[in-house]
Amino acid sequence: MSIAAKFEIEYLQYLDVEGKQVRDDLPKFVTNLDHMVELYKLMMSTRVFDAKSVALQRTGKLGTYASCLGHEAAHVGIGSAMKPEDVLAVSYREYGAQLYRGVQPREVYMYWGGDERGNDYQNEPARHDFAWSVPIATQCLHAAGTALAFKIRGEKRVAVCTIGDGGSSKGDFYGAINIAGAQNLPMVTVIVNNQWAISVPRKIQSGAPTLAQKGIAAGLFSIQVDGNDIIAVRKAMEDALERARNGQGGSVLELVTYRLSDHTTADDARRYRGEQEVKDAWAKEPMKRLRNWLVAKGVWDDQKEEAWKTECDEWMDNEVNAYLQTKTQPVTAMFDYHFAEVPADLAKQRDLAISLEKKA
Amino acid sequence: MAQITLIEAVTQALAYEMAHDESVVVLGEDVGVNGGVFRATQGLQEKFGELRVLDTPLDETTIAGVTIGLATAGMKPVAEAQFEGFIYPMMEQIACHAARMRNRTRGRLTVPAVWRAPWGGGIRAPEHHSEANEHLFTNIPGLRVVMPSSPARAYGLLLAAIRDPDPVMFFEPKRIYRQYKEEVPDDGEALPLDVCFVLRDGTDVTIVTWGAQVKEALEAADALAEEGISAEVIDVATLAPLDFDTIAESVQKTGRCVIVHEAPKTAGFGAEIAARIAEECLYDLLAPVERITGYDTHIPLFRLEMKYLPSTERVVEAAKRTLAAS
Ligand SMILES: Cc1ncc(C[n+]2csc(CCOP(=O)(O)OP(=O)(O)O)c2C)c(N)n1
Repeated sequence: MSIAAKFEIEYLQYLDVEGKQVRDDLPKFVTNLDHMVELYKLMMSTRVFDAKSVALQRTGKLGTYASCLGHEAAHVGIGSAMKPEDVLAVSYREYGAQLYRGVQPREVYMYWGGDERGNDYQNEPARHDFAWSVPIATQCLHAAGTALAFKIRGEKRVAVCTIGDGGSSKGDFYGAINIAGAQNLPMVTVIVNNQWAISVPRKIQSGAPTLAQKGIAAGLFSIQVDGNDIIAVRKAMEDALERARNGQGGSVLELVTYRLSDHTTADDARRYRGEQEVKDAWAKEPMKRLRNWLVAKGVWDDQKEEAWKTECDEWMDNEVNAYLQTKTQPVTAMFDYHFAEVPADLAKQRDLAISLEKKA
Repeated sequence: MAQITLIEAVTQALAYEMAHDESVVVLGEDVGVNGGVFRATQGLQEKFGELRVLDTPLDETTIAGVTIGLATAGMKPVAEAQFEGFIYPMMEQIACHAARMRNRTRGRLTVPAVWRAPWGGGIRAPEHHSEANEHLFTNIPGLRVVMPSSPARAYGLLLAAIRDPDPVMFFEPKRIYRQYKEEVPDDGEALPLDVCFVLRDGTDVTIVTWGAQVKEALEAADALAEEGISAEVIDVATLAPLDFDTIAESVQKTGRCVIVHEAPKTAGFGAEIAARIAEECLYDLLAPVERITGYDTHIPLFRLEMKYLPSTERVVEAAKRTLAAS
């Protein structure tokens, strides 16, 4: 029998669940311990940010919110590997990556607080990134188009998109990786496999043993990564970005992690998943292993942890206050951003809305 | 007899029909163990098993296309779009195949399927969870578009939709999913499709609406009654194919009409009704037809959302304007 194709999917991990190194060939960035501390600090601030968001929602100050608890290594790993000139297309919970790119917590609060201004990121490089994409997987195609633009213009930039395990079932995802392979696009597609798409477990999404191997069908470099190990995430991302930048084409990374929270604040995960599973997942969570590793290297300790926690709390309190102080947009904001100029007929509707507002 | 909400009426209808017709299957994202994100399918998987209440992979195109295959193969699928904002990827399958199958094959293959979707705004949901897009489907020949406005009509119309031999879009106004309860006997009695329901008789002005806005229309009629104005309220219920006769009869009687809907005004379904009135009842009219609708904007995130939705006061004022005109 002749064989037409064969493939293997590598699994990348550097730190085990306790933070012990499982291989010696650590990537170069790891030698910069200050930077490793920075990564840990951003993971922590992401977690503090997330806890504040949930608390805000519980007290009626946000609408539905999608938590990122447990995704800190995946998200910060993605954001920190990217260069400012790259473009990020996220779904709706990758705050750790976005904070790295300058999205402010107050902007996230505004978005989930029912105010479009949260999408108007003030800081570069986030300002040239896409906004949150709620319709699942649609952003993958935007990233492909952006990557095509980079290729056409000969720019050494990369488009990165993130997608969930559930989202990787969608045609848009397949379409995006397919054109990335066919056109050799500078695009990195990251599947954040947190095991659940609301109540639907990973195994119902696909009969394939890995989600990474979907990239093989598209002709892309594909790898599965321990998504709770920031060293592995960062390394896989850096390699993928470099290949893309050098014209060697796109990649599909599957980051294996776990959603420690409910899907959103409107969801109750106890309805569909067992306590033991969540307990086991907590044992593998991403912060502990990096902390242990940093402590073993002598660059982190309880005191520093406390001090940084305090700083994070202050930062987030400040952001929360800034958000709470924003006034609702005027009713005209509903009309003013649909076209470069408000068309005459729409302007009449805007006048009507203004007059109704005056009467109310 | 139990008092139930609109969403419970949906569950009750599904359970009734699944128990009485083995070919009925429910499919969608999270419809199984979780019972749907709004709990419309709660308890059905326990009762009917994992194959008749199927959690699908996360792909609306898959859900819509598989639904067509199930239906042509003799099953009666009831597919769920988790929110109407996620129904767009289903549209290709629905428009290109479900709506055309019977005509294309001269009746050889048919699609007795139902697509359910929670519809409309007003629940402080995130982006893409609040669309009102019924008009996109009323323009596709071969589809029924149905929208209940009360628990009893949700039960009766959903049963009718499942039993109907052709594809039905069933939009559930989620703003009133849990707004009030009413007695709905679980007797398997369907309500007729393709007819409007006259919810209140009146002689001065006709208010035509559907779904969640029925609430504002009835409130407006109450307010008008206090001022001695008698408003007839029509719940369209099946938007396509439209029972225009009921609307025409009412407009011929009152000479005035206010159409209320949540979707954007331009090319919204109100435009169709207004045009039909112009075509068929122009000389009965005593005043221009009024449309009170959403604006031609995307529904804003929730800080501004209530300023987008048509209010009872706007309906009252429109009705009064039609009276002042003649
Ligand atoms: C096209 C589309 N269908 C349905 C939904 C509703 N929905 C929101 S999140 C979600 C599950 C997503 O799971 P996954 O892709 O694994 O990402 P995760 O939320 O776990 O990060 C669903 C079904 C949606 N947002 N978009």
